Amino acid sequence: MPVSRISNAFEKAKNENRAALVLYTMAGDPTPEISQQVIDALAKNGADVLELGFAFSDPMADGPSIQKAAIRALDNKMTLAKTLEIAKNFRAKNSQTALVMMGYLNPIESMGYDKFAKAANEAGVDGMIVVDAPPEEDLELRTALDAQDIALIRLATPTTDAKRLPKVIEGVKGFVYYVSVAGVTGGKAIDTDAIKDKVAKVRDAAGLPVAIGFGIRSEQAAFDTAQLADGVVIGAALVDTVFEAFQNKQDCAKIAGEYAAKMHKAAIKEN
Amino acid sequence: MTQANNWDQYPDANGRFGHFGGRFVAETLMPNILALNDAYEATKKDAEFQKELDGYLKHFVGRPSPLYFAERLTEHYNGAKIYFKREELNHTGAHKINNCMGQILLAMRMGKTRIIAETGAGQHGVATATVCARFGLPCVVYMGAKDVERQSPNVFRMRLLGAEVRPVNSGTATLKDAMNEALRDWVSNPDDTFYIIGTAAGPHPYPAMVRDFQSVIGKETKVQLQEMEGRLPDAVVACIGGGSNALGIFHPFLADETVKLIGVEAAGEGLDTDKHAAAIRGGRPGVLHGNRTYLLQDADGQITDAHSISAGLDYPGVGPELSFLNDVKRATYLSATDNDALEAFQLCAKLEGILPALESAHALARIGEIAQDIGKGGIVVMNLSGRGDKDIFTIAKALGSDIGG
Repeated sequence: MPVSRISNAFEKAKNENRAALVLYTMAGDPTPEISQQVIDALAKNGADVLELGFAFSDPMADGPSIQKAAIRALDNKMTLAKTLEIAKNFRAKNSQTALVMMGYLNPIESMGYDKFAKAANEAGVDGMIVVDAPPEEDLELRTALDAQDIALIRLATPTTDAKRLPKVIEGVKGFVYYVSVAGVTGGKAIDTDAIKDKVAKVRDAAGLPVAIGFGIRSEQAAFDTAQLADGVVIGAALVDTVFEAFQNKQDCAKIAGEYAAKMHKAAIKEN
Repeated sequence: MTQANNWDQYPDANGRFGHFGGRFVAETLMPNILALNDAYEATKKDAEFQKELDGYLKHFVGRPSPLYFAERLTEHYNGAKIYFKREELNHTGAHKINNCMGQILLAMRMGKTRIIAETGAGQHGVATATVCARFGLPCVVYMGAKDVERQSPNVFRMRLLGAEVRPVNSGTATLKDAMNEALRDWVSNPDDTFYIIGTAAGPHPYPAMVRDFQSVIGKETKVQLQEMEGRLPDAVVACIGGGSNALGIFHPFLADETVKLIGVEAAGEGLDTDKHAAAIRGGRPGVLHGNRTYLLQDADGQITDAHSISAGLDYPGVGPELSFLNDVKRATYLSATDNDALEAFQLCAKLEGILPALESAHALARIGEIAQDIGKGGIVVMNLSGRGDKDIFTIAKALGSDIGG
């Protein structure tokens, strides 16, 4: 089920003539309870794939928004095991929406690859994105995930050239995450014209849907991205929106739901 | 012990020292890391590059640094003869510039036009700013906000040299966070920027490259001691932060298995407290900053705060080769607390007329027992990796003196 749940999510979006909406939140931010409510609301209001971040103390590829979210989550005593609990609670209520976890390698290595993969499968996790595990270093992770039918999703970037691309897409399942800019999360704004050809090449080579992320903050950017991508990933902007609602003592789940609905509408294909 | 005399096989083509090392970086950086590796491998076979580097090391850095018989300290401990490898006499006051000179020459060969670096105590930042000034390249140095405060003389020196010092407030605002921020900069500027890492850690090829550029320390030591004593030392001792000064003096002695290699980690307020920086003696293997190595971390794999009075040792990890040398038992590791280092600092100042860096004072703190353990007739060489001028405010504060600053 896990890998096919991701494929189905992209298939459904394609049939509805839109890009799949992939929404990132940090597990445990702003609080573990609200985090749980937020992902429920995102799924109910149009997210096709949820990316559940698991906090790491040293997120070297993340910009300030997600760095701060990780610190808040760790201050809330979040752990990888507690992130899996949030996933499990979600899966008990929702069997459709694909659920992908995203983070850094050390918490997984610390738990143990096989133990983690088994627990992730039991929690209903469909895929994994591990930022600091490039193909050269992810054999143990890949082997453990394969055994549990969990998709290993890799990142392709503007610096991934034609020579390197086959290595990056080898063994990838579910979808390829195309990082739109050379930079950290929430940094530079996306320039869709600049990456159009590269995205097409990645899709052809991988034979999988391509979701584009990093630098998508507005409905316009989501729309523009949807014209060349199979999925649109929004992370830092959503993390900021939810945290702002929390600081203003607003209903975070409601605001997250509205945000998802808005972006779901924005990410339509033009024709 | 593993197969003797076969140390040159490490790291392997994937940057592994046994289980340690590797290239755990975001995909954006992988092409950069691979290109750097190719460029570095090419320089190894390039006699012109080596000649150019040797020229700058001699005329700009002031190499070779002396090997000095610490006579009064030897008398004080009444054991083996103690020698200091005087890296603190290099231009900029520490061993760090050996590596910076090598890396900036490489950066220019690769056509890079902008240099970034991280720094803890500021010695690597100063060395990087120095070579950038010398060759006219713009330089950005990331430094934890806490370190900016406790190493203010070095911050001022970097600025005088024309570098931009960017204080890093994220995380614990120390060396590890400076390294995170430098990596973020590099991810954002992969084309024009060269990242000069200051220690023998990070993604391959950095651990091997930094070690190789620093190995001039051990190579000179070997020749100098041969001239002075006609033999190899019984032990070589160095403090351990990330490990560049330690590997620099250890590496040329790896195949000489009669030579004991002894690293001294920073025990902060004690290994039995949570305030120390001893990754090997108080941590376990994990992945951070592009390599697998011993790390201070909690049960969930979150990196925990390191603590040391010495900013240059205040790092929760250690270079992967030092982790490997631990596991194959080629090197042994001791530790010294903040107080041990302060005492050793004062003793060295009064007996030898040398103010050692607080980093080096950690190695000094164990030198007496090592010399006594080896006994009379033996020889121990310690890498005196840096000078202590930068630390006088920290030391004054710890000793309860008010000298302003």
